[in-house]
Amino acid sequence: MSRPMLLRGGRVVDPSQGLDGPADVLIEEEVIAAVGPALQGPDGAEIVDVSGLVLSPGLIDLHVHLREPGGEHKETIHTGSHAALAGGFTTVWAMPNTDPPIDDPAAVGYVRLAARAARGTRVMPIGAASIGQKGERMTEVGELVKAGAVAVSDDGAPVWDTGLMRRLLEYTQTFGIPVLQHAEDRSLAGGVMNEGAVATALGLRGLPNAAEACVVARDVQLAELTGGHLHVCHVSARQSVEQLRLAKEKGLPVTAEVTPHHLTLTDEMCRGYNTEAKVNPPLRTAEDVEAVTQALLDGVIDVIATDHAPHTYEEKEQEFDYAPFGINGLETAFGLCMRALVQTGRLSLSELVDRMSCAPARIMGLEGGTLRRGAPADIVVFDPEERWTVDPADFRSRSRNTPIAGWELIGRVHRTLVGGEIRFARN
Amino acid sequence: MNQPRPEVALGKDLVGLEGLSRETITGILDTAEPFKEISERAIKKVPVLRGKTIVNLFFEPSTRTRISFEFAEKRLGADTVNISSSGSSVMKGETLVDTARNLEAMRIDMVVIRHASSGAARFLADRIPSNVINGGDGQHEHPTQALLDMLTLRDRLGRIEGLKVCIVGDIVHSRVARSNIFGLRALGAEVAVCGPRSLIPYGIEELGVETFYHIEDAIEWADALNILRLQLERMQTGFIPSLREYNRVFGVTRARLEKAPRDTVILHPGPMNRGVEIDSAVADGPQSVILPQVTNGVAVRMAVLYLLAGGVFGGAEAAKQESA
Repeated sequence: MSRPMLLRGGRVVDPSQGLDGPADVLIEEEVIAAVGPALQGPDGAEIVDVSGLVLSPGLIDLHVHLREPGGEHKETIHTGSHAALAGGFTTVWAMPNTDPPIDDPAAVGYVRLAARAARGTRVMPIGAASIGQKGERMTEVGELVKAGAVAVSDDGAPVWDTGLMRRLLEYTQTFGIPVLQHAEDRSLAGGVMNEGAVATALGLRGLPNAAEACVVARDVQLAELTGGHLHVCHVSARQSVEQLRLAKEKGLPVTAEVTPHHLTLTDEMCRGYNTEAKVNPPLRTAEDVEAVTQALLDGVIDVIATDHAPHTYEEKEQEFDYAPFGINGLETAFGLCMRALVQTGRLSLSELVDRMSCAPARIMGLEGGTLRRGAPADIVVFDPEERWTVDPADFRSRSRNTPIAGWELIGRVHRTLVGGEIRFARN
Repeated sequence: MNQPRPEVALGKDLVGLEGLSRETITGILDTAEPFKEISERAIKKVPVLRGKTIVNLFFEPSTRTRISFEFAEKRLGADTVNISSSGSSVMKGETLVDTARNLEAMRIDMVVIRHASSGAARFLADRIPSNVINGGDGQHEHPTQALLDMLTLRDRLGRIEGLKVCIVGDIVHSRVARSNIFGLRALGAEVAVCGPRSLIPYGIEELGVETFYHIEDAIEWADALNILRLQLERMQTGFIPSLREYNRVFGVTRARLEKAPRDTVILHPGPMNRGVEIDSAVADGPQSVILPQVTNGVAVRMAVLYLLAGGVFGGAEAAKQESA
């Protein structure tokens, strides 16, 4: 039996219950026992003073790359799951594009075991959609789910074959899991940044908006045909938003995510051949940033996910063409979204917590994302006003690749609790 | 504050023409003038750069640019070393920065870099203290080529400002096109590009250029055509269906030029595909300045080397005399 804990004196923001106000939170046996004003803890309860801070359901990130196995020089399940805690995340979904890919049940089991040993955030493995992520033959989806996979994806690459995508959206329905699609048309791919004026001036090969939107349009058709749950990863293009809007209007089982960087940065960041801004899908134009932001407000895009993609200094310290795609996002996501969305008045704090916690839980049918009585005590405690400067040297992540080093962010995570245990506390 | 304009003309490097002022570019072209004469001498050498060590670091095959730089360096009395990618440690997995740092450890003064990757020259320039000259980086810039194009145009027509210059062909993949656009615009020329839509990059209009999809329209409009080499692999990669058709639709032929309202000046950065983007009658005709471009290439590169070594605008003549 664990000792009860009372988080006292804070402000509870839990959009799943429409709560926003002063309240205490009592945790017993790893779950939320009560939320309310002036709670009295049972005898022997640990009292934690959180006055001046906000308590919300722990953040949930549906899209991270933890790199293990095979990419341990960039990140491990241990370092990645502690980076997640520092960013306020209590659950992350780990993409299967490791080496080897997570395409069989033993590999899924490995990720779960490593995550348990890490005692960081909750890590839920995503299985590969195709064997070897080659886009040819479907994996044993049922076996992956039995081993603990929560979804399938070939992320890093698209499921490019239309027929395979159809079969995936059909077959996964037995197991009640979504297909997560990295939408990118293969024959329009091959670029290294957004196609447009900046790429033209820099002489870099472009990735057009249409490379993404074509596949989103196709997959929306397949979702309508099959009734399977399509989840579109890291939406970046305004034309993709148009396709998603159509899907939502029709009531199709389609959900979508957007990253903090696609909500805030444009392809102008690539000037000077800044490889920290090299990411796929690429940073687009101000028009696209506005479109995905509006879509997030409207609910056309359901959630924020980081697409946390750690890479080493040496890998990024290269000619732009050769540097790998990816931005390290777990530890900056919340502060960046607070600064770009909440401080600017585009989103209320409650709406941001919804997009980063409640909505991911809701669309994927997860237990977290709420502080209701009986829910797992997965809680983030943060100061919504605190200003801090991004210093990659402070990252818990094994990698430091971020285009926003030196930026001042607003809103900082102070404690992260997983199952009622304080697993992260900022000094 | 009324600071006097700095005498030192260029910064540490010449990575591109983007962002350079009219004064700077004109200063380089003016500096090239007194250097032209050196190549006409019996003994083609002045010791302006005596004792300087220059490395020509060529990660891509190049004949004309490399030789032009080498002549410019040698005629100014510098010691030069050529490194090409085959047979160098690049093949052994050494990074660009490490290659450059190793060269630096041998105490060099300047690097001329040619590289297949856009931004490689900037990347190097930001990381080593030697002067870096971009000899062509991917599809980004080839500043000395554009400078020699402009010098040749100025020789022929007496000015750049107000001229209408159309760059014809594979704009998407061309570093020559980008450098020309930045340079010509800075000097007050009007610039257009012409080619099939598949070879014109998106957003090009934001660089301040007009676009033609018909070569006849470009010829009607332009005082000068800068005709780019059509890389043969563009056909294999599907940008155009065939060279034959390219010649028929976009080739600059005598018949087309004869319809021009003026004596259009013809430039080509070489090497030419005769019978593809340009016909022999045009390449070898009276309006062609293709060989004067090559001659001017040496003078322009001398000017750039001299200026990066600390030379000042208007100081080239004196430097020649002094060293002689």
